[in-house]
Amino acid sequence: MNVRTDPALRLPGSSSPVVLLDGVSRYYGGSASPVPALAEVTTSITYGELVAITGPSGSGKSTLLNLIGTLDRPSSGRIIVDGHDLAALDDRRLSALRAHRMGFVFQHFHLAEGTTALDNVADGLLYTGLPRRERRARAGDALHTVGLGHRLRHRPHQLSGGERQRVAIARAVVGDPVLLLADEPTGALDSNSGGAIVDLLHRLNDNGTTVVVITHDVQLAARLPRCLSLRDGRLIADSAYPTAAEASR
Amino acid sequence: MTPHTSLDHSRLRVTDLVRLGGNGLRTRPLRAVLSALGIAIGIAAMVTVIGISSSSQAHLSAQLSRLGTNLLTVTPGQSLSGEQAQLPPEAMSMVARIDGVETVGSVGKIDDAKVYRNSRVDPRQTSGLTVFAAHPDLLEAVRADVTRGHWLDQAPQNYPTVVLGHLAAQRLAAQPGDQVWLGDQYFTVLGTLQPVPLAPELDTAALVGQKAAEHLLGFDGHPTTVYERSSDARVSAVRALLPRTVNPEHPEEVQVSRPSDALAAKDAVLESYTGLFVGLGCVALLVGGIGVANTMVITVLERRREIGLRRALGAARRHISIQFLVEALLLSAMGGLTGVALALTATAGYALSQGWPVSMPLAVPLAGITATTLIGALAGLYPALRAARTPPMVALSS
Repeated sequence: MNVRTDPALRLPGSSSPVVLLDGVSRYYGGSASPVPALAEVTTSITYGELVAITGPSGSGKSTLLNLIGTLDRPSSGRIIVDGHDLAALDDRRLSALRAHRMGFVFQHFHLAEGTTALDNVADGLLYTGLPRRERRARAGDALHTVGLGHRLRHRPHQLSGGERQRVAIARAVVGDPVLLLADEPTGALDSNSGGAIVDLLHRLNDNGTTVVVITHDVQLAARLPRCLSLRDGRLIADSAYPTAAEASR
Repeated sequence: MTPHTSLDHSRLRVTDLVRLGGNGLRTRPLRAVLSALGIAIGIAAMVTVIGISSSSQAHLSAQLSRLGTNLLTVTPGQSLSGEQAQLPPEAMSMVARIDGVETVGSVGKIDDAKVYRNSRVDPRQTSGLTVFAAHPDLLEAVRADVTRGHWLDQAPQNYPTVVLGHLAAQRLAAQPGDQVWLGDQYFTVLGTLQPVPLAPELDTAALVGQKAAEHLLGFDGHPTTVYERSSDARVSAVRALLPRTVNPEHPEEVQVSRPSDALAAKDAVLESYTGLFVGLGCVALLVGGIGVANTMVITVLERRREIGLRRALGAARRHISIQFLVEALLLSAMGGLTGVALALTATAGYALSQGWPVSMPLAVPLAGITATTLIGALAGLYPALRAARTPPMVALSS
């Protein structure tokens, strides 16, 4: 794959990438002595994939996820998400991309305390401009999808860790995103709850959502169809590259 | 699923924005109340001072319209050689002849006579009271009222009777029917007067009829003050004519003044204090604004996680900054409304306790609320911009 010369990048179709990274690097610190967090990563993720990104702490997993999630910008290289070259988008359009096309799941859930599960999930649609009634209706559907239809009025402190993460996932998918980004979604959970979360991610993927999961749990990564391995900011292995990825399509 | 979405902006509804702004205040109510209190105190101080001043003015103009601004007093000035001049004994009847003059009254001070509670009081303890020979028409001219008892015209002129001013009656602890030691004999108190705002010198006066004053106290017949009321339209004309009429030979020895001007001047003094207090209120408001800014800076630091999450959910930077700006605005508007409510209560309470009408120009509370809103916007601006600049990935990893 040579994205540099591929003008057919934006052609629709099942084989077009939802995420395309081309020589992406990210340095932190001052320009005098920049610390590389990610170096020259080039890869792509196709619509409908379920991908794990693994690697030890400090390998650049989170940096990569933040770059794909448009929460950070690369120091160099090009990123294309859902057909949009991120370098060409201003803050408003990047925000719109996140609001309409992406969902985020975090290790520590980041739910609003004192707010019901329903309203936490409805907040996933806050920046789409939908009316509140509509947001709540969809939030109810999303909570049913993740198996929490009986917990709509519960507040985070009344829920177990696994349930909280399912609320967070419902919030991430309530807007029906094309891309679900999960950062260590099972990291704060016991293995049973974690397993249920992975099952849920599989189910969402079956329904067509592209899912990218960061994990340092090797067993979890092994359960996913494709695995990208990072070390010291470099992409060192891709379980699907090149033939497996094409075969799985 | 099409990969080619045309990207609109992410949107946040106004109702949601207000709800978000209120959220921050609801989750930390004590902090919100305390920092709003600073603003409230500042605005309450300013609005109260203006309200009290306005009520006092309303009281004054009501008082002036009741007392009239058409009263002029004529007093002797000094002669060219620097000696104390005198008004001629016939001054009163001459003033009465001026065109437009409606009522005339006069008093003549009797320097040698003092009034005491009884004959055993030390003669030096005069209690600041003065003895006047009073013309019967005095009461009408100054629009004074008898509190208790009767006015001088109700008793034979030659008898030793006296009418006491409001304060004189208090200091002598005398009621109608009592006796007071005046000159070298006891006088019977005929009546007591209500306060006379336009002629406060009568409040500390013992008023004796002119005939009794001449016979019993050696009054020389020269009035020391002539009180005159004319129709409102003629006041300045009469004022110009008075010196020449009273003393044709030496008009320069006659002083004419308008007591209602003194009341207005007193109010003007109050007015200058109002400016000072409004200035102090401004300082309090400024300090309150700094308090709000401080609170908002801390809030933004504490809520980095929330900011990161909102950015991930699709909030643009401007959504974040507007959210915190709205929070600051709500905070200061809350303070402003509380302050104005406090001010209205305080103004009403003070005015009623003083027996004044309650008066508050509508523009003042409105300006107060506008000012707090502006202060809230200013105080929230920096924290809001800072919130918008918070990098989302740093906020989320914390």
